[in-house]
Amino acid sequence: MKNLLSAADLTRAEIISLLDLAHEMSDVNEREIKKLPTLRGKTVVNLFFEDSTRTKISFELAAKRLSADVINFAAKGSSVSKGESLKDTAQTLEAMGADAIVIRHSSSGSAHRLAHSGWVRSKVINAGDGSHEHPTQALLDAMTIRQALVDSALGSDLAGKKVLIVGDIAHSRVARSNLILLKELGAIVATCGPATLVPSSLEPNGGIYYSLDRAIDEFAPDAVLMLRIQAERMEASFFPTEREYSRLWGMNGDRLSRLPSSSILLHPGPMNRGLEIDAASADSLQSRILDQVQNGVAIRMAVLFQLLSSDKGGAE
Amino acid sequence: MNYVLENATDTTGKLVEVLIESGRIVSGRTKGVNHEIIDCKGLYVLPGFVDLHTHLREPGFENSETIKSGSRSAAAGGYTAVHAMANTFPVADTAGVVEQVFRIGGEVGLVQVQPIGAVTVGLQGVQLAELGAMHDSAANVRIFSDDGNCVHDPLLMRRALEYVKAFDGIVAQHAQDPRLTKNSQMNEGHVSSRLGLAGWPALAEESIISRDIMLTELTGSRLHVCHVSTRRSVELIRDAKARGISVTAEVTPHHLILTEDLAETYDPVYKVNPPLRTSDDVRALREGLIDGTIDVIATDHAPHPKESKDTEWGSAAFGMIGLEHAYSIAQLVLIDSGNSSMTRLAEVMSVAAARISGLVDQGNYLEVGSVANLTLVDTKKGWNAESRTHSKSSNNPYVGMDFTGAVVHTIYDGEFTLRDQILRKDEPNV
Repeated sequence: MKNLLSAADLTRAEIISLLDLAHEMSDVNEREIKKLPTLRGKTVVNLFFEDSTRTKISFELAAKRLSADVINFAAKGSSVSKGESLKDTAQTLEAMGADAIVIRHSSSGSAHRLAHSGWVRSKVINAGDGSHEHPTQALLDAMTIRQALVDSALGSDLAGKKVLIVGDIAHSRVARSNLILLKELGAIVATCGPATLVPSSLEPNGGIYYSLDRAIDEFAPDAVLMLRIQAERMEASFFPTEREYSRLWGMNGDRLSRLPSSSILLHPGPMNRGLEIDAASADSLQSRILDQVQNGVAIRMAVLFQLLSSDKGGAE
Repeated sequence: MNYVLENATDTTGKLVEVLIESGRIVSGRTKGVNHEIIDCKGLYVLPGFVDLHTHLREPGFENSETIKSGSRSAAAGGYTAVHAMANTFPVADTAGVVEQVFRIGGEVGLVQVQPIGAVTVGLQGVQLAELGAMHDSAANVRIFSDDGNCVHDPLLMRRALEYVKAFDGIVAQHAQDPRLTKNSQMNEGHVSSRLGLAGWPALAEESIISRDIMLTELTGSRLHVCHVSTRRSVELIRDAKARGISVTAEVTPHHLILTEDLAETYDPVYKVNPPLRTSDDVRALREGLIDGTIDVIATDHAPHPKESKDTEWGSAAFGMIGLEHAYSIAQLVLIDSGNSSMTRLAEVMSVAAARISGLVDQGNYLEVGSVANLTLVDTKKGWNAESRTHSKSSNNPYVGMDFTGAVVHTIYDGEFTLRDQILRKDEPNV
């Protein structure tokens, strides 16, 4: 694996082996000494052009648990706010010896561009590019769903599992990566939200619902992934008010109770409690939101391991 | 100089001998005058190409292109006239700026440089520019465009259409509803959804064209639609022409052969305004070009410096170059496809543009007494597009593509600006 830019880069077998590897990695996180020497001498750069505390910390922790050196580069207050381009920033950091660049950027395709433009030779991991993709999020969601819903999880896919993604599908990199990756694992994925935010052109194999109540009753999902809704969407007239959004597309105790009792609830975080998800649901027994956070570290360890341990010479 | 072009083939396929004396086409050799005889066996002689839509970037953006480098690129592409778009800095919205562009174009002397004036002050879409002053200036501006921006205020568009009637002017509209295309990056559809790039609906172009056609009918004025890119746009223009409304339209070379799928590379060399569309749109544009709905191929040659394209897609500038590829694309679409004729090619590359713009010395095909503006092409010659062209910029989407058909000679104002594919060396320095 040279880079991880899109969930579509991965075959079914590669996804399963990453999930299995992450499973092993999560054992490390249970130990008293949470560290493996695998990536000693490697340098991972977290190149974050967008604010993101969680994903950055998760990647940082993952790299450190594998004994890699980590440099965090945040665009705010840096040379980027003084007009330096992505190309120059990436080249500068590579010149300092980066082996892998984890990039978060507001422009769709920026990770692909960084990997294919000849600007750098480092391995590139997409940690979220605009409205395009966020492949490690999809991997950690798949891991969480598999853990909760599949009995002997190791080596398994998600055949026949029904997953409902609710919210701003149109602008969501989480939704795009999940649609690709969960389908590749055999899941049936449906999308749900206001028609302004659910593009029909993405063609989910489980269908499109404009009503969350109908989706719950008719689709009866095994897992529901609630997406974060951003206030700026309201300002651009995608929906009228937060109250109306919450009433029609928010997860609440009543809707949760109508889901099959074995169903689980996911959210990529950070949550807007009371908007797309209420406290009763977020803190319910069906919620797997904290598992997602834990699995995030394990998945990122697996991805970094796959990308960086293959060229062991270190110095070359 | 005086020339005899021997054994050239005209657009009807007849072998002809073309006589040029003192810059004009003549019917017979004047006794006692020396002629250089040039064998043009295997070459078609065409009226010199006229581009209705060229960004020469000067004044203001000389790091992208200058009037001189753009003129060189035009001559190399077989052009004898180009229309310089108004989105320079300062904007070509006063008599002073259009006269400057016109004067420098004349000094370079490789191609007729006809300035286009801005419709509104600073292309801001708020207040009409001094259209009359630009028309009355030495540049004799007749076409006005806010290209890059759409004149989207319907009242202002109505006023502009009415106002230019006084001097038989034309408003060339960049049809793009700004509200429907806020932050848009590429054609709206399956590909944009998958790539997560903000979509640019076809409707944003079609709704403006539809409105402008009605305004043109209301005012009895003349409308030219820039870079038509969708099937429905072609249909709207076809209907308007059938109803006798004075509307003309252009299509770019890139919209005739490139499609939105190229955005999957996230390489901003394919980022252009209007965006590359679907293969169905390409088919409709080709049909429209052949049946006369679309009047001309106009390049929308839009040079940008490397740093404006060597970025992620979202930050990159819109636009691509095309002066040196337009002929080969026209041949591909009209001749090699077997769907049209050399006569139609001459029409869309030269004659119609000269007529729309009112350039009296252009598009007069082999007429005795007319100024000799001619282009000779070899329809058999194959070539591979390199990144370097005579343009100062290399935002060239055709790199690596194989083309058939090449411009061999360009004769502007009776003299060779391009001979055997080599540009004239002795142009004065500007």
